[in-house]
Amino acid sequence: MKIVVCIKQVPDTKGGVKFNPDGTLDRGAMLTIMNPDDKAGLEAALRLKDQYGAEVTVITMGLPKAEEVLREAMAMGADKGILVTDRVLGGADTWATSQTLAGAIRNLEYDLIITGRQAIDGDTAQVGPQISEHLGIPVISYAQKIEVEGDSVIVERQYDDRYHVLKAKMPCLVTALAELNEPRYMTPGGIFDAYNAEITVWGRADLKDVDDSNLGLKGSPTQIAKASDKVRKGAGEKVTLDPTESVDYIIGKLKEKHVI
Amino acid sequence: MDFMLSKQHEMARSLFREFAEKEVKPLAQEVDETEVFPRATVEKMAKAGFMGIPVPKEYGGQGCDILTYAMCVEELSKVCGTTGVIVSAHTSLCCDPILTYGTEEQKQKYLPDLAAGRKIGAFGLTEPGAGTDAQGQQTKAVLDGDDYIINGSKIFITNGKEADVYVIFAVTGTVEKRGRMIKEISAFIVEKGTPGFTFGTKEKKMGIRGSSTYELIFTDCRVPKENLLGKLGEGFKIAMHTLDGGRIGIASQALGLAEGALETTINYVKERKQFGRAIGAFQNTQFQLADMATKVEAAQLLVYKAAMAKATQKVYSVEAAKAKLYAAEVAMEVTTKAVQLHGGYGYTREYDVERMMRDAKITEIYEGTSEVQRMVISGALLK
Repeated sequence: MKIVVCIKQVPDTKGGVKFNPDGTLDRGAMLTIMNPDDKAGLEAALRLKDQYGAEVTVITMGLPKAEEVLREAMAMGADKGILVTDRVLGGADTWATSQTLAGAIRNLEYDLIITGRQAIDGDTAQVGPQISEHLGIPVISYAQKIEVEGDSVIVERQYDDRYHVLKAKMPCLVTALAELNEPRYMTPGGIFDAYNAEITVWGRADLKDVDDSNLGLKGSPTQIAKASDKVRKGAGEKVTLDPTESVDYIIGKLKEKHVI
Repeated sequence: MDFMLSKQHEMARSLFREFAEKEVKPLAQEVDETEVFPRATVEKMAKAGFMGIPVPKEYGGQGCDILTYAMCVEELSKVCGTTGVIVSAHTSLCCDPILTYGTEEQKQKYLPDLAAGRKIGAFGLTEPGAGTDAQGQQTKAVLDGDDYIINGSKIFITNGKEADVYVIFAVTGTVEKRGRMIKEISAFIVEKGTPGFTFGTKEKKMGIRGSSTYELIFTDCRVPKENLLGKLGEGFKIAMHTLDGGRIGIASQALGLAEGALETTINYVKERKQFGRAIGAFQNTQFQLADMATKVEAAQLLVYKAAMAKATQKVYSVEAAKAKLYAAEVAMEVTTKAVQLHGGYGYTREYDVERMMRDAKITEIYEGTSEVQRMVISGALLK
C-alpha cells in the first residue's frame, strides 16, 4: 500500500504571530510546529504501515525552511519526503494550495491520501477535500478512526453528537482529526537518519496538469482585507467586595457598558 | 571553532525536551514523594528509543553519538533527576561496558534487549568497604568447572532491583604488581533470577528517590564462565573506563538539574512580589541569576566537550572528570541559590527547587566523588 500524507509547517502559537505587509503570515520569522491534525494523519498512516506494511510519503508545500517538518515526519517513520517550494507558489490560498498539492501528487502512485482536517493557522478545512476534487477521488473528512479492509478504507467520520461509519474504495482521501490518535515521538536515531536522507524538492515545473492561473497569490481568489494578531486581554479589574455588593457592582458595570 | 549545535542535535534536543515536559515532569514530584521507580515512564522512553541512544544500530540501538545521549540525560534531569540517572546508569554503566568489552556473542545476547529497553541494566562495583577505594573489593568469584561461583555483596546499586542485566565486579585472585601482591579483579555479566543472586535492603535516600537503589547479595551464585566480561583480571580497567563514560552521564544529569533550577527560578522571580515589586527587579536577584546562568553555561560547555571527547578520543578521563566535577558543584550551588531565591516556599515540597537541591547533592558523590575527580585531573597535570 502506498500512502501520501500532506503535512504543513504552521506557526507555534506559543511563540507569537507575525505578518507580512500584505497580510499573509511571515512564516520565516515564527517558531514552527507540524500542524496537529496533520501529525495525527501521519500517525494514522504510520500505524497502517506498522499493521499492514506500507510506504509512507510525506509532502508539504512551503518555504525551503518547511524541509524541517518533513525531516520530523521522517524521524517519526515516514519513508520519503517531498518539498514543493517555488517563489511563484507564495501567498497561495486554499484553492491555489490544493491545486499545487494535487499537481505534485499526480506524479505519485498512491492508494490513500491523508491530510489533516485543517491547519491551525488558517482553520479552513478546505485543502484536503479540494485535493480530492482535483484528483477525482472520494473524500471522507473528520476521521476519528481509520481502518483498511482489502481495497477499501473504513472510516469513522466525527460529528458533534455522533459518528458515521463510511467505507470507500481506494484510492481515496481522508482528512484526519487531532483526536484520531496520540502521535508517536520521533526516535533519536530516526532524526539522524532523516537528516541523512534525501528530500525531493519540486518547483512549479514539476507540477502536473496545473494551470499558472491557479497558482500562488495571483491564482488565489481569496483576498485578505486585513489581518491582526489576537488582541491580548489585560489583567482586568479586581475588586474585593462581599457577594451582594459584587453582584450590584457587576450589574452596574454591565449597564454602564450597555450590555444589559 | 563553532559552538553551534547541528540541526540534528537541535531536533534531538527538542524531542527530549518535549518528552520531558509531557511525560516526565508531571510525575516528578510523585516519584520523589512515593519513592516508586517510574516504570511506566521507562516503558515510554524505551518505545521512543531513549534506552539505547549510543548503542550501534546493528545491536538494536539508535546509533547516535554521545552528545545526543548526554543531551537526553540533561533534558530529562531538568525536570526529574531520578529519570535522568535511570537512563544514565543503564546506558553508561551497563550497555557501554558490554559494547566495549563484550564478545560478539555477549553483545548479540544482551545489547538488543537493553538498547530497546526491554531489559534494564545496572552496574555493581561499590561495596561497604570499597567505595572510592575500588581495590578494597571483598566479593569473590572462583572458577568451578564451567562456572564462576560468586560470593559477596554490592551496595548503593542504581536501578538495583528493577534491572535485569548486571555488570558485576569480583576478585578472582591476586597478582604481583611492582613487587607487591594486589587483588585481581574481573567483570561478569549476571542476570536477574540467577540462583544465589538476591536483593538486600533498599536505600532510603536524600534525593533521586525514585531510582531503585539496592544492595545486591551473591551467595554461591553460579555464573557461566562465558559471562566473564573482558579478560580475566581486566576488571579494574573495565570499571575505570566505564566510570569515565558514566561521569559524562552524571555530569549531564547535574547540568540538567542546574538548568532546571535556573529556569524555575527565573519564572518565579518574575511572579513573586515583595515590597510592591517582582523580586526579579532587585539587583541582588539579578546578580544571583547572572552568576547562576554563567556557571550553567560553563558547565554545559565542559559536559559537551567531554561528550565529544568520548566520541573522538581513546582516553577522555580528564575531560570527563572536569565535566563531572564542575557540573556537579554548579548543580549544588545553583539549586541551593534557587531555593534561597524562592525563600520559604523554596524550602517546601510544593516547589520543585527543593527536590532539585536534594537531587543535586548525589552528583558530587556517585560515580567518583568530587575529590576523586580532583585526583584524576591533578594526576594528569603532574604526570
